[in-house]
Order: sequence, then structure tokens, then C-alpha cells
Amino acid sequence: MKDVSKIILEQVEDYNELLDDKVDTSAGDETVLFGRGGVLDSVDFVRLLVDIEQAVADEYGKHIALTNEKAMSQKNSPFRTVGTLSEYIKKLLEE
Amino acid sequence: MTSRIILITGTRKGIGKALAEHYLSLGDTVIGCSRSLPDWSENFPGYEHFELDVSDEKKVTEMFGKIRKKYGKLDVLINNAGIASMNHSLLTPFDTVKKIFSTNTFGTFLFCREAAKIMQKKKFGRIVNFATVATPLKLEGEAIYAASKAAIVSLTETLAREYADFGITVNAVGPTPIQTDLVRGVPEEKMTRLLQRQAIHRFGKFEDVINVIDFFIREESNFVTGQVLYLGGV
Ligand SMILES: NC(=O)c1ccc[n+]([C@@H]2O[C@H](COP(=O)([O-])OP(=O)(O)OC[C@H]3O[C@@H](n4cnc5c(N)ncnc54)[C@H](OP(=O)(O)O)[C@@H]3O)[C@@H](O)[C@H]2O)c1
Repeated sequence: MKDVSKIILEQVEDYNELLDDKVDTSAGDETVLFGRGGVLDSVDFVRLLVDIEQAVADEYGKHIALTNEKAMSQKNSPFRTVGTLSEYIKKLLEE
Repeated sequence: MTSRIILITGTRKGIGKALAEHYLSLGDTVIGCSRSLPDWSENFPGYEHFELDVSDEKKVTEMFGKIRKKYGKLDVLINNAGIASMNHSLLTPFDTVKKIFSTNTFGTFLFCREAAKIMQKKKFGRIVNFATVATPLKLEGEAIYAASKAAIVSLTETLAREYADFGITVNAVGPTPIQTDLVRGVPEEKMTRLLQRQAIHRFGKFEDVINVIDFFIREESNFVTGQVLYLGGV
């Protein structure tokens, strides 16, 4: 099965096609998605999360909800970089 | 124009059935759902039915996953499924309250959320929710039903703003009494008094509702969102 980081990066690349201000993914797992240093506004970010949720569901056959209460209240946001998001998704997939 | 993909909840009978038959006869692709199977669908080979409760999150998300894979898009969602209970609030069990809110309000929310996830990809979508004149008329004996629908009005207005950037409009239709099973239990004299409070004193018809929904979902209505249209002049 495809690695979660890879899925996220693919979705970011896809989404980049719609954006003027593109997310530079050359840093791989360190790529900033949201928060300081990120270029996505909150609506773009919501749409990207939805795409990632769907891509993960297609690959792993399991539906995960990325924006549950736990995620929203964590001190270190799991949404900050490709790496943190990927770790977070892996945890959800194991649950 | 390629055929529209239209998802309608509560298609087994009543208004939902009439809506499904209407859009099927126009050549649209219609997907429906309700807790039990409809007995009319064999006349329409293209119709697809999901047997589920609209407040069952797991089943609902599974259904949307299947729709996304099979069609790759969703043009229209009509949140018609709904239940009512006519009773004085002093005689309304808490379980009934929960059931009404689950189906009407939470079900509507769940479908809006999952539909918008698919619709945003194409930057196009039309969502129509079901309100009721019981809310503005403040009908005694329908406190919980009216409250669950008032919440739908509020959802419609706010989601219209949240989804505007995605090219999705969200509106609601508020029917007057229509003679379906839903209002079967209402005593006749109460019903007569109710019709008197409308500007136009007659029962609603399926076509009245269909007409409003046709308007909300047409391409040209892309500047119409967050609106609740009450029938009968209420
Ligand atoms: N008739 C009126 O006078 C009137 C007036 C104003 C507003 N409305 C609104 O119009 C809508 C349709 O009403 P109607 O008169 O057509 O009612 P109806 O004849 O009682 O039909 C209700 C439909 O919803 C389905 N349904 C109910 N609960 C469900 C659930 N939890 N999950 C999935 N499907 C469910 C039913 O099928 P199953 O039983 O198989 O699930 C049925 O197909 C409702 O939202 C209602 O509030 C009606």
C-alpha cells in the first residue's frame, strides 16, 4: 500500500494546480501545510484535507475523520507539516 | 449537458417519492435512500437505492464513498427525509425528541457535510433542505418538530456562506401541509384552522414543492443561496 506521506504529497501536488501561490513540496515531510510559513488559506486547507481523507479512504479502505475534536484541541497541531499529518493519519488508521 | 446526479433522502414514499419520480422522468440519474425499500423502483431501472437511516454516520459515509467512486461527482442533494410527532410538549417523551432531531437535523447536517465534500471538487453543487411552515406559524403541538426544522433553517443560512466558495448553494423549501402520512394524525378541525392561517387556503401539492426545488437547482440560480422559501404565503 502507498505510504501515507506519499498520498498527502500527491494530493498537495494535485491541489497546487488550482493555486497561484503554490505549496513548495521540495522539503518532503518537512513541507509546511498550515500555520506560520504556510501558503494555504483556511478554505484551501479545508478542501485539501477533504481530498486527503478521500484518498486515504480509497487506498486503505477505511474512512478516517481528520478533524475530530482530539485533533482540534492538540497543543501541537497535527496539521502543520506533511510529516506531522502523516503520523497523525497513521495513528487514526490503527485505531 | 451530461445527466445530473441527484441524491434524494426519504424516497420510499410521500414527497421524496414524488421528487424521485419527477427527476427520473426528466432523465436525471437519481440515487435515493430510506430505512426500508421502496415498492415503486422497479419501474425505473436506473434508480439506485440505499437502505439506511440518515442519522447513521457510518452507513451514510459509506454510501457517499460509493457515490464518489461510481459517479465521480454529485450535482444535487435534496434533504427530504423527515419525521414529525404531533403532541403537546408535556406529553412528549425524551426519546421522541432525540429521534426527531436525529433524523431531521443531524441527518440533514451529515448529508450536507458529506455531499459538499464531493461537490467541492467540481466547484458546483446544489443543496435543498426541508423546512416547514410549522416553524413560522409556531404551531402548538409541534414544538419539537418545529424546533428541529428551525435548526435546519439556521444550518441552511450558515452553510450557504461556508460553501459559497465551493460553488455550492444551500437553500430550503418550507411546505405547507400536504396530504401524506406525515400529517395523517392531525385532527381535521385543527388542519382547517391551520390552512386558514396561510395566505392561500389550500393543501399543498407535490408539484408546489417540485416547482421550488426546480428553481433552486437550476444552473441559473447560482446567485440564490441561504434562502428559505415558504409556500402558501406563510
Ligand atoms: N407532508 C407535509 O405536510 C409536510 C409539510 C412540511 C414539511 N414537510 C417535510 O417534507 C419532508 C417529507 O415529508 P413527507 O410528507 O413526504 O413524509 P412521509 O410521507 O412520512 O415520508 C417520509 C420519508 O422519509 C423516509 N424517512 C423517515 N425517517 C428516515 C430516516 N431516519 N432515515 C431515512 N429515511 C427516513 C421515509 O422512509 P422510511 O420510513 O422507509 O425510512 C419516507 O420515505 C419531511 O422533511 C417533512 O418534514 C412535509
